[in-house]
Amino acid sequence: MAKGVWIVAEQRYGAFRKISFELASTARKLADQIGEEVGAVLLGSGIEGIAGELGKYGVDKVYVADHAMFEPYTTDAHAAAVARLVKENDPSILLLGASTQGRDLSARLVGKLATGMATDCVDVKIVDGKLLASRPMYAGKCFGEVAIAAFPQMATLRPNVFPVVENSRSGEVVKFDPGVDPGQLKTKVIEVQKDTTGKVDLTEANIIVSGGRGMKGPENYVIIEELADVLGATVGASRAAVDAGWRPQKDQVGQTGKIVSPNLYIACGISGAIQHLAGMGSSKYIVAINKDQEAPIFARADYGIVDDLFKVVPELTKEIKLLLA
Amino acid sequence: MNIITCVKQVPDTETQIRVKPDGSGIDDTGIKWVMNPYDEFGVEEGLRLKEKLGGEMTIVSLGPARALESIRTALAMGADKGIHINDPAFDGADAYATATALAAAIKNIPYDIIFCGQRAIDDDSGQVGAILAELLNIPQVTVVTKIDVDGNSAKIIRPIEGAQLLIETSLPAVVTAQKGLNEPRYASLPGIMKAKKKPVEVRDAASLGVTVDVKARVVKTLPPPARAPGKIICGDDPAAKAKELARLLREEAKVI
Repeated sequence: MAKGVWIVAEQRYGAFRKISFELASTARKLADQIGEEVGAVLLGSGIEGIAGELGKYGVDKVYVADHAMFEPYTTDAHAAAVARLVKENDPSILLLGASTQGRDLSARLVGKLATGMATDCVDVKIVDGKLLASRPMYAGKCFGEVAIAAFPQMATLRPNVFPVVENSRSGEVVKFDPGVDPGQLKTKVIEVQKDTTGKVDLTEANIIVSGGRGMKGPENYVIIEELADVLGATVGASRAAVDAGWRPQKDQVGQTGKIVSPNLYIACGISGAIQHLAGMGSSKYIVAINKDQEAPIFARADYGIVDDLFKVVPELTKEIKLLLA
Repeated sequence: MNIITCVKQVPDTETQIRVKPDGSGIDDTGIKWVMNPYDEFGVEEGLRLKEKLGGEMTIVSLGPARALESIRTALAMGADKGIHINDPAFDGADAYATATALAAAIKNIPYDIIFCGQRAIDDDSGQVGAILAELLNIPQVTVVTKIDVDGNSAKIIRPIEGAQLLIETSLPAVVTAQKGLNEPRYASLPGIMKAKKKPVEVRDAASLGVTVDVKARVVKTLPPPARAPGKIICGDDPAAKAKELARLLREEAKVI
């Protein structure tokens, strides 16, 4: 009988990603409802010292494999180690982050464990003892409630959506043998090219300031960047702005770009095409600044200003600077 | 080089999605169907490899009769032949069932590289490429923006949060395409004419020797949660409106 709510924690170079705490807190909540324990799998190199930290967020047991082959992440090393451990311990639920790493690893695990998974969930709960996951489909144009008729019931959680809750448990650290021969791995990371801007990735940002077609040209993004700097925000863009070559591909928010859920999304000169709304609809607060009062973005906005963004945005930067001073 | 690209037909990104009143799925009347945009990058990358290294390119798609349009589109772009998995038994197939069917169709034909889109923009699940790789027991590199094939291996760029990775993989492998990989070509008129004569093999579950076992089921489809109506900040003075917005973000929303 499958038992236990498990997570695969995520870390880079010995530092946890925030999604790990979101996963642990969510797993604790589910486990309490069905009276089971929370287990976490942690893979990396030189990470034994941080493993216990997961106990703070409700993890009972942390299964650790510490080996150079686990840093940086590769699918084959991680998937083989996690699948082996999961098969041995048979948890009923297995949660990962819907981060780039979590998406890659979780899907391979679905294959290895021959199970089902709900991707990029924004809510998970227990109904009749089983997992019921709610997830956006068609990039948020509708939602699906997903049930999994196999074990482990797998789901990935959208970053920034689930609260981090301190709920102290022992966080007992258990070393395990990953059973992976590094010589058999078929992929390797030969270079990590770090983004030197120091900005948080859009998918992890608390605040995003985005510019669209209304920016009129790449040179005008300086006012967006100034506002973003004051707020500690990351700059995003609409598909129109990216397709025009004003902003890099990685900045695109929308159905064919990044799906984001910050606390605050400020859309400047973005009309709100359905495929853009799909990418940012789960933001907690949405602000629209656009001179066209008919723009669909206003129907989704919590706060709207109908005016020329070139007049409003610099003033907003000034006001926020004063408030935060 | 033997190249395979898997494609799915999906509603166009501009399509309004309407949920059926009983929550059993979406109402597909009036939907404009197109090839999944991420799969288009996979088709284009396959064609570029074929043009550079020679070889043959096969398109594999699972879907109802209309999915043939997406296969023909890929053939018109320059692919050589198609396999269309068409069987009502696959209605409601989840990622595992879909990948099982694709793997069964692919395992007996030669392949050096298999492209998939990084996800399909309908169910957004992003699992099929990785499960397919697992079922074929070959490596995967997902969400890729650049690939250089060199003999039996490939060097691949994969962007992650705050960095990009240069990954080396042995071939064959499954590679899933991200926007930025290339600019897909349009099918030419002669290409469209030629595509009509290219072979498309139709397979069903029985001929593939697979049974459909759906493990992840959408039990209910719902419209997005309604948002409370927002506040439009009125006035003629942009500076005053900006000041009011800053105040609301600070005092009411408490997000700054």
